[in-house]
Amino acid sequence: MKNIKGALVPFSALKYLGKKPHTVRYPFEKKKTAERYRGFHFNEIEVCIGCGTCSTICQNEAIDMIKIEGVEPGRGDSGLRPRIDNGRCCWCGLCVDMCPTGSLSLTDQYLHTSPDPDSYLLIPGVDNPEMKENISFTKSDTEPLLQFDRVPMRELDGAERVKSFAEVVLGYMQEEARAEATRCVDCGLCVTACPDHMHIPEYIGAIAEADDAKALKYIYDNNPLPEMCGKVCTRQCETVCAIGHLGEPIAIRWLKRYATEQFPDPAAILNPKIAEPNGKKVGIVGGGPAGLSAGYYLALRGFDVNIYEALPRMGGMTFAGIPKYRFPLDSLDKQIDYMKKVGVKMHNNVRVGKDITFDKIRNDNDAVFIGIGFHVPYTLGLTGEDLENSIQAIDFLRRVNIGETVDVGKKVVVIGGGNVAIDAARVSRRLGAEVTILYRRRVEDMPADWEEIEGAEDEGVHIVPQGIPLEIIGENGKVKSIKYGMAEMVPDDKGGRPRPKLIEGDEHILEVDTVIGAIGQEADYSFLPKEIMDELKIERGRVVVNELKQTSIPDIFAGGDNVNRTMDAISAIADGVRAVEGISHYLLDE
Amino acid sequence: MSAILQEKETTLYLGPQHPGITGNMMIELKVTGDTIRKATTHVGYLHRGFEKLMEERLWMQCFPIVCRICVPEPDPNEENLARAIEELEGREVPERAKYIRVMMLELSRMATYLLWMGGQSGSAGLYTMPQWTVGDRDYIIDLFEELTGGRVYHMYIWPGGVRRDLPEGFEGRVRKVLDYLEQRLTDYDRLLFENAIFLRRAQGVGILDKDMAMEWGVVGPPLRGCGIAHDVRKDEPYEVYDQLDWEVITHEGSDVYSRAMVRRKEFEQSISIVRQVLDKMPSGPVHNPGPNPLKWRVPAGEAYVKTESARGEFGYYVVSDGSLKPRRVHVRGPAYVHGVSLLERMLVGANIADTSFIMNSLGTCPPEIER
Repeated sequence: MKNIKGALVPFSALKYLGKKPHTVRYPFEKKKTAERYRGFHFNEIEVCIGCGTCSTICQNEAIDMIKIEGVEPGRGDSGLRPRIDNGRCCWCGLCVDMCPTGSLSLTDQYLHTSPDPDSYLLIPGVDNPEMKENISFTKSDTEPLLQFDRVPMRELDGAERVKSFAEVVLGYMQEEARAEATRCVDCGLCVTACPDHMHIPEYIGAIAEADDAKALKYIYDNNPLPEMCGKVCTRQCETVCAIGHLGEPIAIRWLKRYATEQFPDPAAILNPKIAEPNGKKVGIVGGGPAGLSAGYYLALRGFDVNIYEALPRMGGMTFAGIPKYRFPLDSLDKQIDYMKKVGVKMHNNVRVGKDITFDKIRNDNDAVFIGIGFHVPYTLGLTGEDLENSIQAIDFLRRVNIGETVDVGKKVVVIGGGNVAIDAARVSRRLGAEVTILYRRRVEDMPADWEEIEGAEDEGVHIVPQGIPLEIIGENGKVKSIKYGMAEMVPDDKGGRPRPKLIEGDEHILEVDTVIGAIGQEADYSFLPKEIMDELKIERGRVVVNELKQTSIPDIFAGGDNVNRTMDAISAIADGVRAVEGISHYLLDE
Repeated sequence: MSAILQEKETTLYLGPQHPGITGNMMIELKVTGDTIRKATTHVGYLHRGFEKLMEERLWMQCFPIVCRICVPEPDPNEENLARAIEELEGREVPERAKYIRVMMLELSRMATYLLWMGGQSGSAGLYTMPQWTVGDRDYIIDLFEELTGGRVYHMYIWPGGVRRDLPEGFEGRVRKVLDYLEQRLTDYDRLLFENAIFLRRAQGVGILDKDMAMEWGVVGPPLRGCGIAHDVRKDEPYEVYDQLDWEVITHEGSDVYSRAMVRRKEFEQSISIVRQVLDKMPSGPVHNPGPNPLKWRVPAGEAYVKTESARGEFGYYVVSDGSLKPRRVHVRGPAYVHGVSLLERMLVGANIADTSFIMNSLGTCPPEIER
């Protein structure tokens, strides 16, 4: 043997003889896994919203969304929860990184052996609640897969805004819209939250795919006033957005606005198919969102539609109530003109009950739709309310929107905390006044959109929260000042939100030129003949309808603010769309 | 042995389940006596159609697939896919992530070489060595587990950087493992690389001459074992390899022994590279996020990227048509050349007992042949 060294060195391994192996622990202990070990799943059932993003991203198709006991579908929750097939799972953890709520995680449990194939199906969090203590791999805050930040919307500067009624929000540019649309995970929770159940994931998907025309078609499928919604919708969809749980919800409203703004004439893109006339006539009282929506889709189905509107323009409260810096006239006209092209006949300046009787409309048509809205303001019930320059926000906004000159003087106080109050305040600012909002509760209790409140503050509107108006003081029949007292918040005995309670003696007086009341409105049914009023079921000022928007009188349908409690445009549109089904069903037996 | 036995041709089937085969594949041997006259490889036992699967997956969903293309060494696959996508998108990778990637790739090389040491010595009948190296490999696997959450399939290097930052105190634990492995090298040398039995079995066996290696497209340690200094890390540096101090290792001899010595030295070199990475690693973010994976479109185009894996140059050709899914992902791995074409050629005239020995020296990975 030439290589003696080579023959001997291997024997050095003998030094390990008798030593214990270093890969096994003595006495035996179960392996402790690393802190971010990717073992079996765990799901916080309460935090999970059943959006199904985990199931979508799973490349093994190991995740099914199933109905489980004890979780009911609701607002922003599909009622479904993931079930993992551990026979298919590869523990890549993409489901965890993609989970919009962070409810899904992986645990340190890594061993499961059973002859029963069903035991490999795991509903995390339900089948293994004890694993909550053993969570290891969780969503990362610093290396996110989803984008939680919204593409910011460009707006006019606060100081610039008050100089005119120019539109405040400038809208997304193409690149911005694409980027924002890309954030969506297509869960569809928004669809259930939208009163009109618009095809939100579909049109957002189309925008992300750079197909704006397709987006517009999806939008017009059940909303004929999308540009209006794109600007002023109360967007209940965004409140349930899956991305909104850990980040900012997708700007669904702005995306809709973007899609509609791309096309000056929707008809060119939509090229709607209008059915042959079916010989049935429908009269619509009130040209607001409800009436217009019903009219548009009825016209598409071949109905002969006439809309009667008291104001000089169509649009109802969206024309009369919403200030032009939020919803400009040309945008409204564009949508109305398109409806006219489809064949909806519109009659402006016709007040039903005065210029034409309701009975005539009813006799001339096979069905009638009532969408008159809430245009009569509640009064404050204060001394001095009847003074000159003590006005109502709804009347004030309507006069400004119609184009009348309204002199509010130098100092204005608006009473109320809803969107109407904020609108009145911001309009007054644009008319050159110093504006104070007096609201009985705290700012966070205001029913107005937070964006509106912020916008008002940016424009220099002063908000006095917990201020209760006590008396409007006049001089020579005109408003001179307003007396208000400060309130403290006390818990509500009935479990509602805290109530304001006047603090004795803490009273202030504010010099003002105009007081604007904005504490709510109601409907004016005076145009209805007595026999109809007797027959029509009305509860708390609202017409009672069935789910197809049919009233207690079979040929009379109703929708909008005078029916639903949400009192927003999208609910009115939804009513109109539903009423089309009801009217078709009633007249054509479809 | 009689003349009749010498001439009678016998067929032997090695695999698909055989400890000497580095995965599930079969070699059909026609032998006379104990000399191989013809070798035919049969693959397909592991075929899962990864390349085709990816055409039906979102870009992000490909990321848990590619690691399966080579079980013992998944990281170069992740690296290739990530880098190809980054090239198509023009996405920048944070500096820290680049360092972490190099650390992962080198640790993965070391883990693979440890497994190879076990296989190479095991196929020569030296059974203590696999016990040691597989056990020592577990220390690296433990590091992977701590860093990535997975022991074997890491799913860690992804487009835009890496998935998570280093845990608290991780660098110290890496250094500890490196120190341990460095000290173990002496043991490995004594037991295997200086072992007279190994030298007798390895020297002059499995000759692959320079010209043939070049002609057949051989890469990695088998090529460097022919004295040719070819290493992607040096030739076309990626990540931060050009900022680290290291040289391409070659060895003259063209036999199993020279290939073994290349790996042995590269193992030592990897320890040094990881230490440099730990010294130089800057702080900062580790991931440059991209779009929402569900709506992620990679710009249309094609990219060919390559990484020096433990088996050699490892390439990915990725084509995007601008849609949500890859149009084509083609994996160009060394295993097909080494484990099918070349092996069939090299086994002719070899001794039956050297079949696994030669196969191991080439670094074959059957799942990669059948990606």
